[in-house]
Amino acid sequence: MTASTIPTRGRPATRRSAQASQATAERTRRLLVYALLIFGTVVFLLPFLWMLSTSLKTAQEVLAYPPQVLPKTPQLNNYPDAWTALPFTQFLLNSVLVTGLSVIGNLISCVLPAYAFARLQARLRGPMFALMVATMAIPAEVTLVPTFIMFSKLGMVNTYWPLFLPAWFGYAYFIFLLRQFFLTIPQELTDAARIDGAGHLRILWSVFLPLSRPAIAAIAIFSFVGNWNNFLTPLIYLRTQNNFTLALGLSLFQGQYATQYNQMMAVGIVSLLPILIVFFLAQRTFIEGVRLSGLGGR
Amino acid sequence: MTQTAPAPLSSKPIPVRRRGSALARQEARAFYGFASPWILGFVLFGGGPVVAALLLSFAHWNLLTPPSWAGLANYQRMFADPLFYRSIVNTVYFAAGSVALGVITSFLLALLLNQKVRGVGFFRTVFYLPSVVSGVATALLWVNILNPDSGLINSILRVVGIKGPGWLVDPQWAIPGLILMSIWGAGNTIVIYLAGLQGVSPTLYEAARLDGAGAWHRFWNVTIPMMSPVIFFNVVTSLIASLQAYTLVLIMTGGGRPGTAGGPDNSTLMLGLYIYREAFEYFDMGYAAALSWAMFLLIGAATAVQFAFARRWVYYDA
Repeated sequence: MTASTIPTRGRPATRRSAQASQATAERTRRLLVYALLIFGTVVFLLPFLWMLSTSLKTAQEVLAYPPQVLPKTPQLNNYPDAWTALPFTQFLLNSVLVTGLSVIGNLISCVLPAYAFARLQARLRGPMFALMVATMAIPAEVTLVPTFIMFSKLGMVNTYWPLFLPAWFGYAYFIFLLRQFFLTIPQELTDAARIDGAGHLRILWSVFLPLSRPAIAAIAIFSFVGNWNNFLTPLIYLRTQNNFTLALGLSLFQGQYATQYNQMMAVGIVSLLPILIVFFLAQRTFIEGVRLSGLGGR
Repeated sequence: MTQTAPAPLSSKPIPVRRRGSALARQEARAFYGFASPWILGFVLFGGGPVVAALLLSFAHWNLLTPPSWAGLANYQRMFADPLFYRSIVNTVYFAAGSVALGVITSFLLALLLNQKVRGVGFFRTVFYLPSVVSGVATALLWVNILNPDSGLINSILRVVGIKGPGWLVDPQWAIPGLILMSIWGAGNTIVIYLAGLQGVSPTLYEAARLDGAGAWHRFWNVTIPMMSPVIFFNVVTSLIASLQAYTLVLIMTGGGRPGTAGGPDNSTLMLGLYIYREAFEYFDMGYAAALSWAMFLLIGAATAVQFAFARRWVYYDA
């Protein structure tokens, strides 16, 4: 990323100097934007570069003091060595299954209540919403033990059910987020659709969801990242090594003898790639003007 | 809903809702139907544990022997415990600092990442990276960055002739150090702002421009009001998260040995960390449960205040 990648505006020569100075202002603005973006990149890329460097070091270099910034010779074979040290391909497939089921569950079970809290009137709506926000204040550790007892009574320990089933029963943070977006959709749109005879599911599907695509994408990203990186739940519920997810499998490097930080980081980087791909694809919905349809005159 | 009566002259929404009417009953049924995933989830995964925690706070329990009734002993101990008050002060300090700075910084970053420039998708992904790299790796990295002698920040300060503070080893600077780090991992907040920015209709900016509004006025009178539901969400949820924070504090100032969590002179001992310490280092589950209730009430009060003030500044289009 250098300054040379800045697209110069192919504007034909203009007679008016006002237009020319406007173009100069625009170019200055772009330059400033790029300068800030590149500065941010340096700051935000640090942890990743540190992981990358560690993943290419020898075991001795990892433990060297004072710490070395770069390995003398990059140990590329750390990657295949680490990946085959344990059944990581199996772990990857397990993660895909669990994360996929969780993301779908999160989306369905959060969109519906969010619509209810944003648009449907009922006597208990206010108290229930307050209750929902209150559940966000409960530390996760508090619910851990009772939930485990419940799943073990159901005989679901060492299965994937405890990992994805809760995702199908709403998640306060996502519902609250979606509700905030749904509330900005004009009431008139709902009313117009009602008059046309549309039911609530239909309105949700063809009015609310298209208008909230960026919010849906944000939730999909958070759900994917949260489930993909989830370490605690698989740790508690999964027993057989072949059932492990990638995040849990990673911890096996913290082995009986010595932690293989370099191999751990190598697999860590590989396990980051799906997240980065999903994020890159989802962020494309963050494009101005999604709301244009139906709101043109506002 | 096939009622197509002639539109009433009033500006009320067209299907007039009256409590007790068939229409209202139908809508209420739809509400409970749509909300049912969350209602079921609350019963299964939320309500029970809370009741359990309440009961536990009236008991002595070390996980090994069966719990015994303690009455109000845990609460009496809490109100007489100087560390409890210390942890509340630290928690509020950290939460106020990280929420205020975090909400503003990530808003500015979201505005930057919303610019129409080539390669913006790449930059967005990079800015999100710190939020997905494992917490332990991030914490270890920041321990290095904040190192008083060899750390990156103090090295830069030395170049410009400033003697940097001791950060995590200095009771005065430990919490500011943690605040600095918490802002850096604000990727989720940025993503939510980015999603929100897409909902601000360009026609509003156009209209403001035609009215002669400058860039600052457009930002203040169009962007901020239109984004207020999203800003509100970020303030509420990041305050909750920072009042609960403990993982990060534990790793960064814990030193890895039991009993040392909380930094120099307990200067980073926060409520979440104190609960963790009592529950999983001293195995005093009853006292930890009582502290959890204190935290729950603190968060509940902070959130209620925000909802009360929201009426004044949060603008919903509907």
